Amino acid sequence: MAMVLENITRRVENECHIDNISLELEPGTFNILLGRTLAGKTTLMRLMAGLDRPTTGRILMDGKDLTGVSVRRRDVAMVYQQFINYPSMTVYKNIASPLRLAKVADAEIDRRVREVAEMLHIEDLLDRLPVELSGGQQQRTAIARALVKDAELLLLDEPLVNLDYKLREELRIEMREIFKRRKSIVVYATTEPQEALTLGGNTAVLYEGKLEQFGATIDVYQHPRTTRIAQAFSDPAMNFVDGKIETGTLFINNNTQLPRQGHLKALPSGDYQFGMRANHLKLERHSTTDIEFQTTIDLVEISGSETFLYVTHDDRTWIVQQDGIFKYQMGEPIRVFIDPARLYAFNREGELLSAADSVFSSHHN
Amino acid sequence: MNKWEDNKAWFLVIPVFIVVAVSAILPLMTVVNYSVQDIFGPDNRVFVGIEWYKDVLADHRLHNALQRQLFFSAMVLIIEIPLGVLIAMAMPKKGWGASLSLVLVALPLLIPWNVIGTIWIIFMRPDIGLLGAAINGMGIPFDHTAAPLDAWVTVMMMEVWHWTPLVALMAYAGLQAIPEAYFQAARIDGASAWSIFRYIQLPKMRGVLTIAILLRFMDSFLIYAEPFVLTGGGPGNSTTFLSIYLVKLAVGQFDLGPAAAFSIIYFLIVMLFCWLFYQVLLKVGTGDKS
Repeated sequence: MAMVLENITRRVENECHIDNISLELEPGTFNILLGRTLAGKTTLMRLMAGLDRPTTGRILMDGKDLTGVSVRRRDVAMVYQQFINYPSMTVYKNIASPLRLAKVADAEIDRRVREVAEMLHIEDLLDRLPVELSGGQQQRTAIARALVKDAELLLLDEPLVNLDYKLREELRIEMREIFKRRKSIVVYATTEPQEALTLGGNTAVLYEGKLEQFGATIDVYQHPRTTRIAQAFSDPAMNFVDGKIETGTLFINNNTQLPRQGHLKALPSGDYQFGMRANHLKLERHSTTDIEFQTTIDLVEISGSETFLYVTHDDRTWIVQQDGIFKYQMGEPIRVFIDPARLYAFNREGELLSAADSVFSSHHN
Repeated sequence: MNKWEDNKAWFLVIPVFIVVAVSAILPLMTVVNYSVQDIFGPDNRVFVGIEWYKDVLADHRLHNALQRQLFFSAMVLIIEIPLGVLIAMAMPKKGWGASLSLVLVALPLLIPWNVIGTIWIIFMRPDIGLLGAAINGMGIPFDHTAAPLDAWVTVMMMEVWHWTPLVALMAYAGLQAIPEAYFQAARIDGASAWSIFRYIQLPKMRGVLTIAILLRFMDSFLIYAEPFVLTGGGPGNSTTFLSIYLVKLAVGQFDLGPAAAFSIIYFLIVMLFCWLFYQVLLKVGTGDKS
């Protein structure tokens, strides 16, 4: 029951919200829509659900054309950023409501409601009203209501955004486990690269209504097709430095000369932009081949157990991510190092020519 | 630390005490004072205890006025609340239509009460009034100055015309505050328009409707201007509601003692009903069956 989007475009009053997106989603897969606010994630979901009609293009489900079929006749469930539950119904009735509307037998409703409530650990709250629940419990109820339907398409639009940090992590891990066992197509919108990496599955990177890249989440992360995707799928954003390759020598900023090595060897001569992830920039030299940069500290941000240094190099601001908490003086000069194996090489047009060596960096959070 | 010992806090609430005392408690105590005395002149008064209260409670004209009043307020709520909700649901949600409909709906609320009386007197006149003459023209005799039922219907129409917009505006505000995602979720569930109203819109409007019901009850229970302007409580006593009767007693007959006792009882009745309504409305829809 694969879902196929064929050249979907959605225009509202001459404004293009979705620009010619084609996408194929397999049943039993977990698909992430990654992009900033206004990238088109919600619009795309509304089109998938059938709440809106694409201006052009077709939506096929298992080969059947569903374009223009009303949402009522589709098999869809959706979870929102806000915690949407029927305010005057108990948790039990809320979860049961889609089944009631689908005229499922009472005994079957009871069995399924209890099963899904248990899965989401709200089995003790079934007699409560939504107002009597915490935010996390309300969202669990909303997720249960979406799951109980066993719809072929399950849409989750930034479901964890309104929850606090701890709850978010907890629910995220639970959801990953729950969705693993599902046969439906799950689509999950998020603005956070970290969330995409934690959830795994496939990722579609959206930018201004366009689909930039789609593939297994890890692949997209390791091989971002363009600088734009690399920046979107990197938190903090990827740092860039200009460079060039001339007859066997790598020039960074025209003054640092290095012999080519590793994945950079195969690159032709020419101008490049090199991308460096914040966690690959180091404050001390680990090997003699490391590239060294002279920078100045602009800002120091301590976040949890990490320190983010905003440094300037040649009028460009980079972010250096360091494990542990450190204190630095602003305006202080500081040397930054990177292992050349960690460089992403993009050409001047921003297309990826060579990704960093694919030893997947331990990306903990 | 004992909070009661923090004198500064008391100092800060003194202004509120003064305002409330001057605006509410002092006038009320004056009425209480009148209600326990028989007043013949400025220097000639006799303490009579609860005599006036006994008199007033036994007064059958007051019983009739109270019955009329309760029926009137019940009709007001039965008509205005659903009508207001219906109007609110029919109003456009956005765009220029929304602003225009807001202004149009709010129009009756902007007109002074005595002007409203005049408008309706002319409107309902059996000889030249647009509606009055039209009804007579259809062969139905209609005269609010002669027929009690006609007078009653006219007062009801004035009240509904004047105050339903308030209910509509409040309900509209309640509806506008519901996030779009609720309606989307309901569509995805395949819920009918009735289910959306019953399970999303109505529960979400509970707060504003509670206030609307309380306001409309209190206000209609205290109705004075409309029957006063229209027929002064007539014909006969057909539109003599509690406040009209009270004024007849106090101003017309200058029975200050009974009128004061009546005022206190009137005040207590309004308080009692509001408390009852509030208790009931708090529990409706929360699943609390206690």
